[in-house]
Amino acid sequence: MSALRMIWRKSLNYVMLTLTGVAAFAVVSVLFLILGYLIWNGGTSLSLNFFTQLPKPVGETGGGMANAIVGSLKLLFLAAIMGLPVGLLAGVYLAEFGGKTFSFVVRYTTDLLNGVPSIVIGIFAYSLVVLPVKHFSALAGGVALGIMVIPITVRSTEEFLRAVPGNMREAAMALGASRWKTIATVVLPAASGGILTGMLLALARVAGETAPLLFTAFGNRFWSQGWGQPIASLPVMIYTYAVAPYDDWHRQAWAAGLILLGLVFVSNLGARFILARSKAV
Amino acid sequence: MEIAETKENFVSGAPQPALSVKAFRDPVPMEKTTSPTIEHKLRLTISNLNFYYGPKQAVFALNLKIPTNRVTALIGPSGCGKSTFLRTLNRMNETIRNTRVEGQVLLDGQDIHSLDVVGLRRRVGMVFQRPNPFPKSIYDNVAYGLRINGYKGRLDDLVEHSLRRAALWDEVKDYLKKSAFALSGGQQQRLCIARALAVDPEVLLLDEPCSALDPVTTAKIEELMFQLKDSCTMAIVTHNMQQAARASDFTAFMLDGHLIEHSETSKLFTTPTDPRTEAYITGRFG
Repeated sequence: MSALRMIWRKSLNYVMLTLTGVAAFAVVSVLFLILGYLIWNGGTSLSLNFFTQLPKPVGETGGGMANAIVGSLKLLFLAAIMGLPVGLLAGVYLAEFGGKTFSFVVRYTTDLLNGVPSIVIGIFAYSLVVLPVKHFSALAGGVALGIMVIPITVRSTEEFLRAVPGNMREAAMALGASRWKTIATVVLPAASGGILTGMLLALARVAGETAPLLFTAFGNRFWSQGWGQPIASLPVMIYTYAVAPYDDWHRQAWAAGLILLGLVFVSNLGARFILARSKAV
Repeated sequence: MEIAETKENFVSGAPQPALSVKAFRDPVPMEKTTSPTIEHKLRLTISNLNFYYGPKQAVFALNLKIPTNRVTALIGPSGCGKSTFLRTLNRMNETIRNTRVEGQVLLDGQDIHSLDVVGLRRRVGMVFQRPNPFPKSIYDNVAYGLRINGYKGRLDDLVEHSLRRAALWDEVKDYLKKSAFALSGGQQQRLCIARALAVDPEVLLLDEPCSALDPVTTAKIEELMFQLKDSCTMAIVTHNMQQAARASDFTAFMLDGHLIEHSETSKLFTTPTDPRTEAYITGRFG
């Protein structure tokens, strides 16, 4: 009986260990499969032209996505200046000032906002910015992405502020610092590495969003004429090119995917770097 | 009044003849408080202080006089309210939600509750149980209090002066730009003392400043307190009765939020008047 038990226990242990290992391996291999596939299919289209030229008219091969790369960066810039300050301040409120009930409501709402499908946020930005002026614009895309940046920033800011030991706040206040001065001169600097990391990751997260841009920023085969005009972006470009019937466009879509992944990778790396440095201080 | 005190007779707990202290019984029967009536100037006079965490009262009708340029130790078992009481003296408890304070605390004759809290905390500095330097350089830690108070003079001199007063200057003078976290625990605690001293407080509150430190470092801090007595009034909360006996001039014993006994340290530890004090200092509880 006890020998049987022992065998059962050992084999269960072995099976579960194997299962966790397999799952962990699957996670890693998915990323590497995607990466490999992107490089295999899109690597050949990556050239200097891809970064410097506009898309060629239909039927001609070659050309690049310079306008989409710049457009994505512009949209991210808009999202950053609209979403990050709101997210940061709300995170400070939750971590430092919030009472019980209202904080709970804010936190819960933030989580819900984070879960709202991106296409719904697209519709919202569409009716808020596009409909009144009756044309698509970079601004509308920025609003949509900015809204998506807010909840991620709020929660990461709150987390990192809460990780700052309370006795540092006490030390500052015991020296005569007001609540706000304590936060601005001690707590925020202490958490700055983590907060910046959270912001970078939030931007990286929305950099790949397509749905909210489809009917806000729309897309553009040329350089955008200004913030109030439609603008190209990498994800929308990938969408348009992938469903088009031309092989060359498919290859360019893969290449654009590679660039997008590279962007996310670099910002993750940057975030880790910032975090590691801020911990060393 | 000239006080001829040397480290030796202070540490040995020998009587200090120049300091005449008459003990008297507090009229409140509950608390046999032998408060020092002192020809010496009083820095802080606490009368009838009550403190509440929500509905729970933590300090009961406490009366205490803290003399200028002396060390007053607060002893008592865990949870007796001594830290809470200490934190009422610079109104740090106000940062905790749902607390209430009643009674009067006079700092040089002014009620601290009528003072601006920023100004009060500049005059009544605090050192905490665990060293809590900011994640900044050693220099910036010491300069912090000066900067937020809008000090416009030469920071360098004051930083050096404060670090010297905290007996840390020689150890850190070549590393002022280094992170404060690079220091050892004892050095960090002296840095926190230097940081508190930089704004030149009249009173320094020490909330178990040595409980996280080893004996050698503790000795350094006690030595430092002894030197600071020339310029600073100190109140120290401690769990360590030997420390109270070594480092303080007056000792107050608290129990369950009440002040039980308060007298000259040498007297409290040799001839306590209250049986509960005796029980505590002889180690029968707490």
